[in-house]
Amino acid sequence: MGHPIKRDHSRFKNVIKGKIRENLQKYVAKGEIPVSKGGGTYKIPMPSIETPYFKFGDFQKGGVGQGDGNPEDPIDGGAGEKKPGQGEAGDMEGNKTLEVELSLQELATILGEKLELPKIEPKGKKALESTSEKYTGISSVGPDSLIHFKRSYKEALKRQISLGTYNEASPSIIPVKSDFRYRTSQVKHEFKNSAVVIYMMDVSGSMGDEQKEIVRTESFWINLWLKSQYKDIEIRYIIHDATAKEVDENTFFRTRESGGTLISSALKLCKQIIDENYNPEEWNIYPFHFSDGDNWSTDDTKLCLDILEKDIVPKSNVFCYGQVESRYGSGQFYKDLVSKYGATNPDVILSKIKNKEAILGSIKDFLGKGK
Amino acid sequence: MNRTAPISGELSRLKEEIYQYAKGYGLDFPETIFEMCDYDTINILAAQGGFPTRYPHWRFGMEYDQMSKQYSYGLQKIYEMVINTEPCYAYLLNVNPTVDQKIVMAHVYGHADFFKNNYWFKHTNKKMMDVMANHATKVRRYMDKYGVSKVESFIDTVLCLDNLLDVNLLYQQGIKSKKKNEEETFIEPEEYDDDDRVQALQTFLRSKRKAEKKAEGEKEPQENDELETFREPEDLPTRDIMGFLMEYAPIKEWQADVIGILREEAYYFLPQRITKIMNEGWASYWHSTIMTQKAMKPNEIIDFCDHHSSVMAMSPSRINPYKIGIELYRDIEYRWNKGMFGKEYLECTNMEIKENWDKNLGLGREKIFEVRKTHNDITFIDEFFTEDFCQRQNLFTYRYNPRTNRNEIETRDFEEIKTKLLLSLTNFGSPVIEIESSNYGNRGELLLRHVHQGVDLDLAHATDTMRNIYAVWKRPVNLATKYDDKEVKFLFDGEELKNMG
Repeated sequence: MGHPIKRDHSRFKNVIKGKIRENLQKYVAKGEIPVSKGGGTYKIPMPSIETPYFKFGDFQKGGVGQGDGNPEDPIDGGAGEKKPGQGEAGDMEGNKTLEVELSLQELATILGEKLELPKIEPKGKKALESTSEKYTGISSVGPDSLIHFKRSYKEALKRQISLGTYNEASPSIIPVKSDFRYRTSQVKHEFKNSAVVIYMMDVSGSMGDEQKEIVRTESFWINLWLKSQYKDIEIRYIIHDATAKEVDENTFFRTRESGGTLISSALKLCKQIIDENYNPEEWNIYPFHFSDGDNWSTDDTKLCLDILEKDIVPKSNVFCYGQVESRYGSGQFYKDLVSKYGATNPDVILSKIKNKEAILGSIKDFLGKGK
Repeated sequence: MNRTAPISGELSRLKEEIYQYAKGYGLDFPETIFEMCDYDTINILAAQGGFPTRYPHWRFGMEYDQMSKQYSYGLQKIYEMVINTEPCYAYLLNVNPTVDQKIVMAHVYGHADFFKNNYWFKHTNKKMMDVMANHATKVRRYMDKYGVSKVESFIDTVLCLDNLLDVNLLYQQGIKSKKKNEEETFIEPEEYDDDDRVQALQTFLRSKRKAEKKAEGEKEPQENDELETFREPEDLPTRDIMGFLMEYAPIKEWQADVIGILREEAYYFLPQRITKIMNEGWASYWHSTIMTQKAMKPNEIIDFCDHHSSVMAMSPSRINPYKIGIELYRDIEYRWNKGMFGKEYLECTNMEIKENWDKNLGLGREKIFEVRKTHNDITFIDEFFTEDFCQRQNLFTYRYNPRTNRNEIETRDFEEIKTKLLLSLTNFGSPVIEIESSNYGNRGELLLRHVHQGVDLDLAHATDTMRNIYAVWKRPVNLATKYDDKEVKFLFDGEELKNMG
């Protein structure tokens, strides 16, 4: 309905989106992840959009209350119990923490605008095709059950008028065989781009909780963006120390392993997964590898580069390597990759993630190429 | 807009009935119009402070968003809304059961009586609906001319000043308007003038006057504006910071006008902010009295009790103005009926005699009518909040304990409770901030003083507020206050807040 408040309402929603955009850096750096509400919407706690006022510091203020109890008894029964029953108009000045619901698409748009991410160009000719039939065409032959009456009578009218047999005083239209028109089906090609994201994470002893948190946050936002770009997306998780295994999402983020690091083990498994399930002709493949860059031996590094060169890079849209800085990692693998591929190779994107503040920048590194 | 409809049928019959009861009790109110609306409409109206037309601003959208959500999650429902105009408009929610509508009507007549008779409402504009609509039109025009975002963000800036008001202006106006024909005063006397037309045109007149001044060549727009800000106006210090900035800040004409609009609306709502306890208490007293003594049918008693008690419910951490208000009126009525006041009663030391004191004066009703006329929340509490009452209500003060990270009961000491209560009402719950100098350090800087009453400012908010004042004043803003028991001065220089010691 056209009440002017609807305009205020949509302005308010824009204000919120602007605020989220503004605070995205802070939000991401805090490692907070929007809560999925199902149905493709996400809940985001809003920092605050209240108007600043000169006001008293909250905690010092205290107040007057009513009820039983002795001095030093707590009065907060629990969060959110601060309302006096039902109030009347404009009576409440309670906490105004807002939770905003945004759809995946809206959230991805905010991320995209913030980081100025280009749209991904899927690998065109390899897109998966599906066909469906829709009755949108007209033909002069066909079965009786598909007669398009309106068109048929129009044809008949045209014919009668041009022959001069149409009598306005007693309008009667009689179609003959050649007037009939039939609906026909037309084949519609639907392009569906499928993508698979394969996350590999180094969980060797040197990757601490903070490093994993960074990986978790970063992969959430990467997923979000890729999901908004592809209708059909699969996500696979691999963890590795000296050996690699495929795990579910939960394990991926929670496990704490220890031991040495053979990066090649993960890449081998990644190659195997791609070979077995994802034909690069049909799939857009995104392998992401997160590590602190500390590989066991130079021999293994050589092996890694070999696998990348021969199998993974040619099959993927882009291979992304994110190096999370940790106190114990040497960061050698990054240097090895740079010497092989250079720092700005379009097929192999390398990014160093120093700390949580650097997450957004790194996401931009990975996705900023639009591949 | 066909969003609201006049009441009809059974309801208008009920209205007539309750009207008669209210009149019978001696309530004195202007014509009151009840309109029926659905929940969406009542949410819209509530979001807009009760008025059907307000200037465009996202804040109303936010309020609307929250109310709609709270309503749909069943957290909160607005039963009733009434606005201080003549005739008085009140809205009923169409899904409410009849007994609720009756309570609401009785409640509304209480408010209407209060609006008409309480002294602090004497100068409020009873044609505010038109004024608000005019304001909306003006702001929309500015938006057309200067751009929506520009005007809206200026409103954002000014909104954070709208608690920087001087309560005394509500009271002084009678005096001020007498000076009307004299030289231009710093505070606009017309704003509170009794003549409605003048009020509606107030902001317009102001623009015109400035324009005339310009035409006379008294001041070149830019340069002299600057000079004028350096002249120290005579009426400092002032608490009417909005008024001061409107008059003296180096801003565009439309911006001054926007401040004027927001200021006028803020002063309109101010009496309601300083009489919350009295006003709600009064209305509750009357809905309770009318319902229990006259209007209620036997089969409605459970619903009435349910509704009434939920409105009166008080939480441990918050004073419910409805509850405190109604209990105080009842206490006053009781005491004046029995003559429990005055020197003789107060000086009586025999508790038994005091307990059974009854002089059969029957002055209660008369007294509460008198109280509702002359008091505001502060004087109301100050005068009638007795130790006895405090104990009966089982009140306490609480305080945040940083060690346990929770709010804890502090004391049940009467004096402390009363002090705290009064403190929370002082200056309608806002810190008292005044402009002490507009040429501080002879650099054209503003000096604000926070009149410290025992509670420190929230510095994060203060910083943002000073940023906004800076945006209007365009020169550094200083703030003198007390923080952690030390006198400090802060300076906002356009970038950040600096502690100047």
